[in-house]
Amino acid sequence: MAELLRWARQGLTASLWVLAATCAHAQPVVSPQDSGNAALELRVNQLASELRCLVCQNQTIADSHAELAVQLKNEVRTQLAQGRSDDEVRDFMVARYGDFVLYRPPVTTATALLWAGPAVLLLIGLGLLVQHIRARQRLEATSTSTLDSVWPEEPTPKEQA
Amino acid sequence: MKRYLLPLGLFLALASTLALGLKRVDPQALPSPLVGRPVPAFNLTQLDAPQTRITPAQFKGQVWVLNAWASWCVSCRKEHPVLLDLARKGVVPLVGFNYQDQREPGKQWLQKHGNPYQLTVFDEDGRVGMDLGIIGVPETFVIDKQGVIRHKHAGPVTAEWVQQTLLPLLKELQRG
Repeated sequence: MAELLRWARQGLTASLWVLAATCAHAQPVVSPQDSGNAALELRVNQLASELRCLVCQNQTIADSHAELAVQLKNEVRTQLAQGRSDDEVRDFMVARYGDFVLYRPPVTTATALLWAGPAVLLLIGLGLLVQHIRARQRLEATSTSTLDSVWPEEPTPKEQA
Repeated sequence: MKRYLLPLGLFLALASTLALGLKRVDPQALPSPLVGRPVPAFNLTQLDAPQTRITPAQFKGQVWVLNAWASWCVSCRKEHPVLLDLARKGVVPLVGFNYQDQREPGKQWLQKHGNPYQLTVFDEDGRVGMDLGIIGVPETFVIDKQGVIRHKHAGPVTAEWVQQTLLPLLKELQRG
């Protein structure tokens, strides 16, 4: 039993260490360049969090430590500092790495389904719901007796209580 | 029986979509927006001659292959024998693009492993690499006589790629 407890304690300590190490890793790092201009850094970070890191693909270049991500973030900073607009910087990235670099993909024929999909599914769902309600209303109008057997009018035991 | 057909159909549609996704050879491979566009204008020095500047305009009128590599790149070693073999064939000028590297390690690497390139341009900070949309080395571009990028291959090239993709493409481009 004592042996088991010791094992459990060791395991817990080890997992805490792993957790601590992971958290330390996830903390935002100071990028190699920093303009010291808070407003500019805010814009850089906003834009960088919309751009995909091409090396790690599931991170934004704001989150990523990959060399290319740091380099792209520095490029974003340089261009914004030169007075370019957010859209101009976005276009710069798309021209080089394609639409994939954007976390918010533009509406094209390839992404139309992605954008319209949820709305289409919602409409289908609404259509089915309306159809179902109408069918039930028709049923209700023609034979109340059938419905009574399914939904009895007597209060349920819970309601009585 | 009929009421099961719709869910079954939906399931089959979903399953085949996912199966197609699994079949993709390299899920990391991305289409490059640069294919079909002129090679970005650069002005870089030659790796072994810091005074000599190279621009893409020098290659106008011929089909050429630009191969991005670095001395720190492990998969570049894997594709190197293929490039050496291609150079021996002499079917197309190979231009090296030394990406985010340093001159000395770069030169030593070519001495050690052999130099398949007609010349190598040196992109120390990777800024021109950014214009080429390079995500990782090695990457290989096929550029036509008008200076338009016609093909891009990400990752190490293989003998199969040379046989099945490059040689037919070269034949087509060199005719035009």
